[in-house]
Amino acid sequence: MKQAIKAAFPFTVPVLLGYLSIGVAFGLLFENAGYNFIWAFFMSLVVYAGAMQFIAVSFFYGGIGLIQIAVMTLLVNIRHIFYGLSLLDRFSVMGKKKWYMAFALTDETYSLLCSIKAPPDVDEKKFFFSVAFLNQSYWVLGSVIGSLAGSLITFDTTGMDFAMTALFIVIFLDQWKAYSTHIPALLGLGCTVLALLIAGPDSLVIPAMVLIVAALMLTRKQIETKITDIIKKEDKEL
Amino acid sequence: MSLSFSESLLIILIIAVITFALRAAPFVLFSGTGTTPKLITYLGNTLPPAVMGMLIIYCLRNVSILSAPFGLPELIGVVTVAGLHLWRKNNLLSILGGTVIYMVMIQFVFT
Repeated sequence: MKQAIKAAFPFTVPVLLGYLSIGVAFGLLFENAGYNFIWAFFMSLVVYAGAMQFIAVSFFYGGIGLIQIAVMTLLVNIRHIFYGLSLLDRFSVMGKKKWYMAFALTDETYSLLCSIKAPPDVDEKKFFFSVAFLNQSYWVLGSVIGSLAGSLITFDTTGMDFAMTALFIVIFLDQWKAYSTHIPALLGLGCTVLALLIAGPDSLVIPAMVLIVAALMLTRKQIETKITDIIKKEDKEL
Repeated sequence: MSLSFSESLLIILIIAVITFALRAAPFVLFSGTGTTPKLITYLGNTLPPAVMGMLIIYCLRNVSILSAPFGLPELIGVVTVAGLHLWRKNNLLSILGGTVIYMVMIQFVFT
């Protein structure tokens, strides 16, 4: 196992940098909402979903129903369903570890696992597990550091939650470049603005998502003519 | 904390269970290689960028463009993030830079 972790580490360095910085930002925001490092540690341990944990911070200020939280989680993370599809064979030989691998299938881990191979002298199952495990440790570590730093910070943190908006803009731009068609991205923006105008800011997610799925189905023909050369790479999302 | 201990714990567990269910679904549904319905594959390919677009608007949902400061701090923040990202392609720099500029805007400029 030690050997596998050693072999996996160099591949995970880009994720180390990304997860530490965004984990720290999450820890800070969570601390601001009144949740100390034990909460941050626990949430990063059992949830382990970057973008979702950022959004979830707003749930802890109250006023959002559990059903809306469940629906929001479903919508934000629905993309993960498709990640497993391309890793069915490679995980199926991993026994019980398969379920940890599925649990740990974040955007970064997914894109790493799809793009790397174990060195010849290392067991592939242990290598994959090490990649997934290292990545989650970075995330947990980052959120705990952020949380601890947050309790020491005395300056005005108003506006720091803009980090979440910034994260989504960054992912949006990366996907914009990776996709051969921009129709889905534009539909996402357009449908949500429409939902905002119709339903207002407090309950926009469900109408937005219904509109998006409907619009994607209506434009399926146009999109599918271009989809054959969609680049599979889903960049730098968390 | 504005919520109780058990409410907070419940929120975390709900998010954890749903996230895990989504990630594990393919391994439960398709044990072998396969025959995924074409519509599912299509939505799987096209939903990620659409959802990111949705999330950006979601984050900005409470910005009022009809009253002062007319969403200017947010606009400046968004442009900073996008500009930095197109220029340097460095996630950390884009996120940090945009956030600092936004914080300066709402704390010192548009007060």
